[in-house]
Amino acid sequence: MATEALGRPVMDGSRRPFMRRALPYLLSLPALLVCIGILIPFGTAVYYSLQRYNLAFPMTRGFIWFENYTLLFTDPGFWNTVRVSLLYTLYTVGFELVLGLAIAMLLQRRSFFNNTMSILLLLPLMIAPAIAALMWKLMTNPGFGILSYFASLLGFPDFKWASASSSALFTVVLIDIWVYTPFMMVLLLAGLRALPRQPFEAAELDGVPQSFVFFRITLPMLTPYIITASLFRMLESIQQFDIIYAMTQGGPGNSLMVFQVAAYLERYQYTNVGRSAAILMVLWAITFLLSNIFIKQWLRLRERARGVA
Amino acid sequence: MYSRIQDLANAVVRRQLDRRNFLRRAGQLGIGASAATYFLNRAQSTALAQDFDWQKHKGTTVKLLLNKHPYADAMIANLDTFKSMTGMEVTYDVFPEDVYFDKVTAELSSGGGNYDAFMTGAYQTWQYGPAGWLVDMNEFINDAALTNPNYNWEDILPNLRASTAWSGVPGAELGGEGAKQWAIPWGFELNSIAYNKRVFDAQGLTPPNNMAELLEVAAKISKDVDGMYGVGVRGSRSWATIHPGFLSGYSNFNERDFTMEDGKLMAAMATPGSKSFHADWVKMIQDSGPRDWATYTWYQVGTDLGAGASGMIYDADILGYFMNGEGNAEAGNLAYHAFAPNPEASAPTPNVWIWSLGMSNFSTQKEAAWLFMQWASGTDHALFGARDMDFVNPVRQSVWDDQAFQDRIAKSYPGYLEQYKASAPGSKIYFTPQPLFFNLTTEWASMLQQMVGNEVPVDEGLDQLAESVNRQLRQAGI
Repeated sequence: MATEALGRPVMDGSRRPFMRRALPYLLSLPALLVCIGILIPFGTAVYYSLQRYNLAFPMTRGFIWFENYTLLFTDPGFWNTVRVSLLYTLYTVGFELVLGLAIAMLLQRRSFFNNTMSILLLLPLMIAPAIAALMWKLMTNPGFGILSYFASLLGFPDFKWASASSSALFTVVLIDIWVYTPFMMVLLLAGLRALPRQPFEAAELDGVPQSFVFFRITLPMLTPYIITASLFRMLESIQQFDIIYAMTQGGPGNSLMVFQVAAYLERYQYTNVGRSAAILMVLWAITFLLSNIFIKQWLRLRERARGVA
Repeated sequence: MYSRIQDLANAVVRRQLDRRNFLRRAGQLGIGASAATYFLNRAQSTALAQDFDWQKHKGTTVKLLLNKHPYADAMIANLDTFKSMTGMEVTYDVFPEDVYFDKVTAELSSGGGNYDAFMTGAYQTWQYGPAGWLVDMNEFINDAALTNPNYNWEDILPNLRASTAWSGVPGAELGGEGAKQWAIPWGFELNSIAYNKRVFDAQGLTPPNNMAELLEVAAKISKDVDGMYGVGVRGSRSWATIHPGFLSGYSNFNERDFTMEDGKLMAAMATPGSKSFHADWVKMIQDSGPRDWATYTWYQVGTDLGAGASGMIYDADILGYFMNGEGNAEAGNLAYHAFAPNPEASAPTPNVWIWSLGMSNFSTQKEAAWLFMQWASGTDHALFGARDMDFVNPVRQSVWDDQAFQDRIAKSYPGYLEQYKASAPGSKIYFTPQPLFFNLTTEWASMLQQMVGNEVPVDEGLDQLAESVNRQLRQAGI
């Protein structure tokens, strides 16, 4: 037994009380349980994706390894799903970022009006997306919808909104923007208000043009917030389901057949569990890849910021 | 007074007094219609109970999964009759149709025994049956110890009994050799034309008698009647777009979804006849359908007719029935017309939708569930629903023959019975039963949307569809 300077005995590793040794493991146990809770469904999905598993054909269930994936990758419908999902993500994240940033900058100064507006603008975010889609379905009704009326005033009397393939993506992107721009706005507004004031005051004293301030001071300092907000929105957008399903169930034709809708139809209407799981695994891979790109970019910026500091 | 009304009710059960006179005489005793109906139901329950041990599962609770539908409403309104007759309890969950079948699929595929019986369509049994989720009802129907001698299974219309029975062999005839009775027919709908008589009379129009006339009349309404389009049909990206008017008309031209070649199913949508029918259908929607047709379910089709937004519909006859009731702008203005789009066809060929009752294979109290199903699909409840509720169309011949029901329909829904009588003989399920029904029929609807949207020419679209369908059939080993 070693003896401390003050005479108190110090125990070596093997003699420490059990609870003290177990404490780090006990503290991380909740996180481990959460991990297991996530990994079990994930592992099950991987397992199913390697099987011929259609509930309507119970006798044919068995391992086919990567055949579900091979069938997916050779199906033109699947590549349409990839295309539509990525386009949807690109448009929604892009427009929501630009609009959210613009609104956040308008509301940046604290005042009664700005504070009230920032609360009111959050209202769409409090509506369930499926309900929002149903509201928009009514507003775009050609018979009595107010948006159809406005479209006719603008010279588009027969605009079909979600009923035509040519305008369906535009319509659902519009709904997504209406619902989620406030999310982007509130994160960026928090970011803007947290930025240090000194660089802006110095620029003001030097008479630096506003465009220079925006592109060379505001944007670079706000970039970590932009990346974080975009990452959250990207994760949601590429997994979009409720707005599209409530509006068109993936139609007209296959014009809105995104990953989640395709997987849902395969599982719940066509009872093809194996194919549905394979679609979701591809979605996971794409999401993982995109998230990594975002996070690496965010880490790089953080390192750069530390270097500058 | 109590014994007098009791005697009168017993007289109805003994068929010594008809229902109309019963209600009249109850009124003379100062008893309202609902109270009189209660006494009548009780007397019928007692009579039924005398022939069969309805109390065998007294104290048991049967759990039901129901779709929000007038058939379910009629059953719930009469549920006390069942409870008092059997001493059983019944609990139920009701879901709107948008999510109902997904809920059923999720429930059954989980293997959970949360529900003993549930509402289903015949097409759904083509998935649920082979998956092992349903009980073959023949086990119960043919068991004299478990089935009320007054149940009268043969009274249910033969084509409906056959349409809910299948052997599980893809392409095999419904109700044919080795067929299992996957569900009990409960209520059904034919497809015919329901039209706005007020508008037709004002425009000097008569209901169409073939496809060419349908296109012509519909186009005229769209052109001449302000704020109204010609014809309402379903258009959402769903199998439900294909099964009503579309398949009824398609079948009338003797076109099929599949043919059997060397024991294998082959897509039959790319024949010249099929292409011709599709071209007419697409033109009809483009010229005279709703502008947002691609999102139309039965709900929009029906409400547009009731609201005066469409001149006619080629869809479920019961939609026209419901829309002629109170609360609709065009209530009382709707009329019905049996429709055979093929000029050479001798009669209409409506594809039918059958709301049925299925029993979960995971139920732990199947005999109790069967007691409930017998009652719910029995003659007495069907008569109650048809006379006093909107349990239309009934599946039992004896209900169609019931004078009180006929009088009620003839009075409030003129032309409905005639439409039914002309349509019923040729009505059945015209789809070929196979377990990929939902995949392939949804793809068919998707292709129809692309044709209507001019994204693909009809000929080319049907060739693509047939190729895709055949590929999926081969992949599934069918």
